[in-house]
Parts: sequence; structure tokens; C-alpha cells
Amino acid sequence: MADTRTIEIEVLRYNPEKDAEPHYQTFQVPFSHDTSVLQGLQYIKDYLDGSLTFRWSCRMAICGSCGQMVNGIPQLSCHVFLRDYYPGKVRVDPLNHFPVLRDLAIDQSDFFENKLPSVKPYIVPKDAKPVSAGTHLQTPEQFQKYYQYSQCINCLLCYAACPQYGLKPEFTGPAALALLHRYNADSRDRGWDERADVLNAEEGVWGCTLVGYCSEVCPKHVDPARAINQNKVNSTMDYFGVRKLLMPKGGD
Amino acid sequence: MAQIKTYVRPMAGWWRKNPFFVRYMIRESSSVFLAIYTLILLVGLLRLTQGEAAYEAWRSALTNPVSILFHWLALLTVGYHAYTWWMVSPKTAPNIRIGGREIPEMLIAAGGLLGTVGASVLVYVIVRWM
Repeated sequence: MADTRTIEIEVLRYNPEKDAEPHYQTFQVPFSHDTSVLQGLQYIKDYLDGSLTFRWSCRMAICGSCGQMVNGIPQLSCHVFLRDYYPGKVRVDPLNHFPVLRDLAIDQSDFFENKLPSVKPYIVPKDAKPVSAGTHLQTPEQFQKYYQYSQCINCLLCYAACPQYGLKPEFTGPAALALLHRYNADSRDRGWDERADVLNAEEGVWGCTLVGYCSEVCPKHVDPARAINQNKVNSTMDYFGVRKLLMPKGGD
Repeated sequence: MAQIKTYVRPMAGWWRKNPFFVRYMIRESSSVFLAIYTLILLVGLLRLTQGEAAYEAWRSALTNPVSILFHWLALLTVGYHAYTWWMVSPKTAPNIRIGGREIPEMLIAAGGLLGTVGASVLVYVIVRWM
């Protein structure tokens, strides 16, 4: 399509070797009807300034790499289109609440090295079964209990949406707690006790004040706010010993 | 991992930067009005135990325009608080399934809202006519 217009894209620039603090740089970017914000950034990198740094991979809202603040809202930049901002301008910032490594690239290590492993995001079975014993069976009803929470792509938009995480970085946070729930809610899993310390902690579900913005911005409709807040009930039951009373054998 | 120099952006003024956060802050701060209203009511209870004169003095203090303005303001903010509280209630509700299906979020919120309105009307009828 010959539909080529030009939009102004303002990008946060930060070079740790030269800059004391970040500044904005503006680029004029030609776009057509189907140009995503990510493609706008790629145009800048290819034709205007090759030093612009940002993460991306799949271009189709699956990999979760290209999260940015687009006009102040956490978005997958491949998932929003320049046409929707025209004739206004687009301001792209790195995801909020994370340290900036360079330009739009954030330091994700707090999530991938601390928060995510802490919730044991894998099935902790009652007895380790050899492969020869066959698969773990599950009914569609049991599957439905966690399916929604298993859709997380670790894009970190929910952390950028969570002021509690920004104010108190020790908060385990939306995605990790939603994944904690995803495995606790799985009928094949018996890891409740192993995850209980993380869940019950002040920095666990109780660090959430139900702002609820995490669920608004989640591109996969995981609804972390729901996962966290229904576990405040579970955490309370655990505290008073009601959980053990209801499930003496951990769900068997 | 090697130490890499990063820039940590300040959080100052975070809640003014997004209308969603502004609404959240109003929701949370509306509880201050509820707390003050509760205190006034408790003072009334205390005055009631001190005899008729004390109680009547408290009652006449309530007719002060400042008091009336405050009560209208409190009613408004508590109304908003109740509305937002029920709107987020589906997030806090335990996972209840009927016939294998989850209860729709709007049903929980609407049920709570209807309950609040119903209880308010009931209290008003009792206070006004009984």
C-alpha cells in the first residue's frame, strides 16, 4: 500500500559509558497502516541510528521480549501500531521499575535470577515417576484450573505496571506469583509446602495492595491480580492450619 | 555476573502519571473519610453514655454546616469506595465453580453492589420510619 506517512518517535537514550542520566531523542519515522511500534524502532536502528538498543525476537506477541512503555503504558511494542498514535507522537521508554541497561534495554536479572526461580516454576510431584511409568493423567476440569495462569510469557509488562514493585523491589511481583499459583493449582503438583514461604511472606501475596493494573496490561490475559488475591485466602487458611485440615494429604 | 552500571529511574509522583493510578489513590484515600465518619459516630456513642444533655449537644453539633458538608463528602467518597471495592472483589474471591464453570466476574461485582444498595435502603427505611 502506498500509504506512507511520517510520525515522530521519541526514544529514551542512555549510554552507561557516557551518560550520567538518560535523555530523549526524537526521530522522524515513515510508516504505513501495518507498521508496529517495534518496526518503527527497527526502522530507526536500520536507517537513522544503528546504536539504538532494544530487545525483540518473534514480532508476534509470543516471545515476550519487546515490552516497552509506549506513551507511558506497558505494551509489547510488536502489539501496538503507529497508526493508532498518528498524528500525535509516540514516546518509547524502557519498562518502568527496572534498572536501565542501555537505551530501551532493561536489566531483567531480578526477575529471571531471583523472583522466577524462587517460586519453583515447575511441577513438584509427590513421587518422582520414571518415564516407563507413563504420563501423569489429568481431567479437562483439572486442566482448566491452571490453564489461564500457564499462559504467561515472562514479558514483565505486569512488573512495569505494578507500583508496589517499583516502590519495594523485594516484592515477588505479579508474574512470579501467578506462576506460583499456576503450579500450586495443578493437580499433578504437590509443591505447596515448598512454595509456602515465598507465598506467605510479606514480600509474597501480602505485598500486593490490589492496584490491579497488572491484569489490565497483561497481553495474555493471565490475570495476575486474581492469582495473587485468591491466594491471600489460601495464605490465611494456611496460617490458621485450615488448609491442612481441608487437605490432609495435600490434595490426594 | 559482572557489575554493570545501570540507571534506576525515580518513583516520585508515580501515581500522577497514569489515570488508573489516580483512581487507585482516590479509592485508597476515600477510606480516610470513612475512618473520620466512624470516629464521629463513636464519639456520639460515648456522649450517649454520658447522659441526655451530652448526647443532645453532640446532635446539635452535627447540624453545623461544616459537619453537614463533611457528611455529604463522606457519603460521596464512601459510595465511590464501595463501588470500586466491589469492582475489584472478583479478584479477591476464592475460586468458586458451579457446574465446572467459574462464576462470571461481573456477577460477583453486581451481587455485591446490589447487596450494598439493598442494605443501605433497609437501614434508611428502619431509621426513617421504624
